[in-house]
Amino acid sequence: MSKIEIKNIYKIFGNKPQSIMPMVKNGGTKDDILEQTGHTIGLDNVSLNIEEGETFVCMGLSGSGKSTLIRHINRLIDPTEGEIHIDGTNIMNCTSDQLIDWRRNRISMVFQRFGLFPHKTVMQNVGYGLEMQGKSENNRDKIAMEKIDAVGLNGFENQFPNQLSGGMQQRVGLARALATNSDIMLMDEAFSALDPLIRSDMQKQLIDLQSELKKTIIFITHDLDESLRLGDHIGILNAGKLVQVGTPIDIIMKPADDYVKAFVKDVNRARVIKAKIIMKNSNEVNGIDKSNLVKVQEDQFIEEFLPQIVCSSANCEVVDKSGNVKGYITNKELQETLTKS
Amino acid sequence: MFKDKKNLFNLSLLGIFIWLLISSYNSSKRKPETVGELFKDFSWLSDWPKWLDLPLMPWINKMFKALNENYGFIFEAINNVLLAMLMGLKNFLVQAPWPLVIIGVVILAYFASGKKIKTTVSVGFCTFFIGFLHPRFWDKAIETTSIMIISIFLCMVIGVPIGIWMSRANKVREKILPILDLMQTIPAFVYLIPGIMLFGLGAVPAIIATFIYAVPPLVRLTDLGIRLVDTEVTEAADAFGASKKQKLWGVQIPLALPNIMQGVNQCTMMALSMVVIASMIGTRGLGDEVLLGLQQLNVGRAAEAGIAIVLLAIVLDRITQSYGETLQERNSPAKKVKE
Repeated sequence: MSKIEIKNIYKIFGNKPQSIMPMVKNGGTKDDILEQTGHTIGLDNVSLNIEEGETFVCMGLSGSGKSTLIRHINRLIDPTEGEIHIDGTNIMNCTSDQLIDWRRNRISMVFQRFGLFPHKTVMQNVGYGLEMQGKSENNRDKIAMEKIDAVGLNGFENQFPNQLSGGMQQRVGLARALATNSDIMLMDEAFSALDPLIRSDMQKQLIDLQSELKKTIIFITHDLDESLRLGDHIGILNAGKLVQVGTPIDIIMKPADDYVKAFVKDVNRARVIKAKIIMKNSNEVNGIDKSNLVKVQEDQFIEEFLPQIVCSSANCEVVDKSGNVKGYITNKELQETLTKS
Repeated sequence: MFKDKKNLFNLSLLGIFIWLLISSYNSSKRKPETVGELFKDFSWLSDWPKWLDLPLMPWINKMFKALNENYGFIFEAINNVLLAMLMGLKNFLVQAPWPLVIIGVVILAYFASGKKIKTTVSVGFCTFFIGFLHPRFWDKAIETTSIMIISIFLCMVIGVPIGIWMSRANKVREKILPILDLMQTIPAFVYLIPGIMLFGLGAVPAIIATFIYAVPPLVRLTDLGIRLVDTEVTEAADAFGASKKQKLWGVQIPLALPNIMQGVNQCTMMALSMVVIASMIGTRGLGDEVLLGLQQLNVGRAAEAGIAIVLLAIVLDRITQSYGETLQERNSPAKKVKE
């Protein structure tokens, strides 16, 4: 059983969403339905399974429904039809009290434009979720301080959000989400409003935090590089439909349709593909020239060892951490991988 | 189904219109002897016929009479409560030594403005000049202020909750907005006079009239203020499991407070202008000085009283306005605080 199971979710925006469900199910397109009925399709039959402890990245252009999808998981938006199961419980059947309880203890969220409370200090902002959980002020401040430390903001705890830069504000947002100790974290374009350097900094911080915390993270982005860097699995949405779900390598190597192809077209493959992905297993290989070998770690990206090989025209020997030979990479594999389809 | 409902509504409106036509025709004294005459003699088409007259006036008069006779005790109770509050406040301020009152106002201004010396000093001087213009003005200004404070208190107690309610439900908003429009456009004398009938001459109808005149901007700005709170911020409150009550008191009201305070400020200014008009129904205060000056064609006297009113306005405006500004500086999400 997966941690989060989204089953056949439909979301239609408009006055009478139920009335046009049959039309949507019969395959009416988004444009037709908008023109004929004035209703907008937000999500069209989306089903997803998200495993415990993974980072699931949901990607798509603006208007593709990704922000709508993430808001279904903590029911900030209710679906027109469909079910959402978390740990096997259908949260569509929750009463409003149960729902508030879920949101307080199980699910936290980070927002694109930070969503900080401008009238509260950094400390109070980070402690907000704990306040909702009903923790005492001392307790709250203690946990909040830990999280402020964890995101590297100590010294700023008594400032107000408008006194901080964008990157720092988002760290506050991240700390606030971490503070409730929820097992699911929703991140809605969390880093999209930040400039590139700070963004890559924050990505690294998230990866580091995640390697310790092992939360289930659902991350929304429109940036492919970001999704390849963070995601264990990636789901691509187009016009409310889920077009492909897979590992980053699946998405790059086997794009499901033209939309995904267009997405991955400009990606720097050497930067996102690891040696172990393209190597030939040692038992499959024969007749390789082993006189001139370069040793490569299995988790190294192509980018990192490519210069060595280009100069020496050598083949690669891929080894794991303890030095065992796992496989080989020849120029043929490199060429196949790096050629754009 | 939606269309049917609308048709039904329109039909019932038409029905009411026809009923009004018939009943006004029947109750008219100047109608022709038989209906048949209307179809023989068409002269009624050139000038507006005398019988085509909605008898709203007698209806309202009758209703008021009935109201007064049957529910008079309710109005008397309201009258007594408001009058007691007003008298308590007024007597307290009048009996207090005037320097103490000025010091009280200055202290209030100091804290409301976030300890700005400039505002505080100017408020102090304005207060002093009210009495300085004419010793009689001091007590009158206190009387005017007391009426205003009670009216504004009423406005806040009733207006802010209505504003909050409006911001939460579009349906409520649709229904209340036209009522607010009506309250703002209907001439003040129209409800001053029924006020006299229900509450008698004096301060209480002035308070009621001031309330009707001054509450709409407060309701509107409360509604607007809460609607303008950044959706992502309210979403954040929801996402972390705030209940409706926690969201309202912890997030929405604090963030809407600059706008609500602006509403209180508007409310104050409108209340002041109403208090002057209310002097015409015998409310005592600075307004009746203006009225006396006008009646005697004593330009100086009217001007003196006018200046006193302006000074009072400045004092009240500065205090309420600067409080809103202090709040706003802290809450603005985009702008950085100046070093």
